[in-house]
Amino acid sequence: MSTQNASVSAPSATRPNGAGAAAILAAGIGAFLVAVFAILADRSAAIKSMMIFWKPTGPLSGVTTCAIVLWLAAWAILHARWRNRNVALTRVNAVAFALLFLGLLLTFPPIADLF
Amino acid sequence: MVYMEITARSLWTLIHGMGFGALYLMACSGALVELYRRYCTHNQSLPTERDEKFLRIYLVTMAALAWLAVLTGAYILYPWYRAVPPPGTANLSAFPQRLLMASPTTSGWHSIGMEWKEHVAWIAPISITMAAGVVLQYGRNLKNYPQLRSAVLVFVWISLLAAGVAGFFGAMINKNAPVEGGPVIHIVQGEQK
Repeated sequence: MSTQNASVSAPSATRPNGAGAAAILAAGIGAFLVAVFAILADRSAAIKSMMIFWKPTGPLSGVTTCAIVLWLAAWAILHARWRNRNVALTRVNAVAFALLFLGLLLTFPPIADLF
Repeated sequence: MVYMEITARSLWTLIHGMGFGALYLMACSGALVELYRRYCTHNQSLPTERDEKFLRIYLVTMAALAWLAVLTGAYILYPWYRAVPPPGTANLSAFPQRLLMASPTTSGWHSIGMEWKEHVAWIAPISITMAAGVVLQYGRNLKNYPQLRSAVLVFVWISLLAAGVAGFFGAMINKNAPVEGGPVIHIVQGEQK
C-alpha cells in the first residue's frame, strides 16, 4: 500500500513562495518593459537609432532585446533575494498583474500614441 | 503538367504562423484546462509524478514554441515585410509594409495591426516561460500555493490573448499583403485533369 502510493504522496507547502513570486513579478516587469521601450523608440529619434541592434529588423531588435535582458536580470535578482523567503504574494501579484495589463494596453498603438 | 508550388518566404510564413503560432494557441487552451483541473482546490486527487512530468514537458515545449514564433517573426519574416523598395518602384507586391501603407483602406493593418502585433507578441513567451518556471520549481506543491497558481493561470490567459492578437493580425496582414518571394519550391507535381 505504501509503495503503491509513493508516487502520489501529499505535496508539502514548506517551500518558501519567494522563488515563484520572483518569477511572477519579473514577468510583469518584462511585459511592461516591452511597451516602455517601444514607446521610447517611437517618440525619440535618438533612442530609435540606438535600438537598431540588427539593421534588417530595425528598432524592434533593440526594443525586444533590452526588454528581455532586463526581464531576465530582474528575475535573477529577485530570485536571489527572495528564494529562501516568504513574501506578500497578494501585493506581488497585484503589482505583476498591473504591469502585465499596462504592457498589453501600452503596446496598443492608439494608446501608445497618447504619450 | 501541373505544379503546386510555394515560395521560400511563404514557407517561412507558414512555419512561423501555422507551425509555431497556431500550435502555441492550441496548446494554450490545453495548458489552461490542465492547470485548472490539476490544481483547483476542490480537486482532491493528487497528480502522479508521471502526470507532473508531462505538465512540465508540456509547458517547456510551449515556451519553446512561443520563443520560436517571435524569433522567426522578428528575425526572418519582419525584415522581408519592412524591406524598402528602390525609388520609383511601381509594383509593391514584394514590399508588404509599403503595399499596405500605399492605400488608405489598408494602411491601418500596418499602423495599428503590425505595430501592435510586433510588440504584444513578446508578452506570450515571457508569460509562458514564467509559468513553466514556476511549475518546474514547485511541481505538485503548487496545489498548496493558491496565489502562485492564480498568477500562473492569469499569465497563461494573457499569453493566449497576446498570441491571439498577434495571430489574428498576422493572418489579416498576410491576407492583404503577403510576404512573397525567394526561391520557388515545387511541393507536388502531377498531370492536368
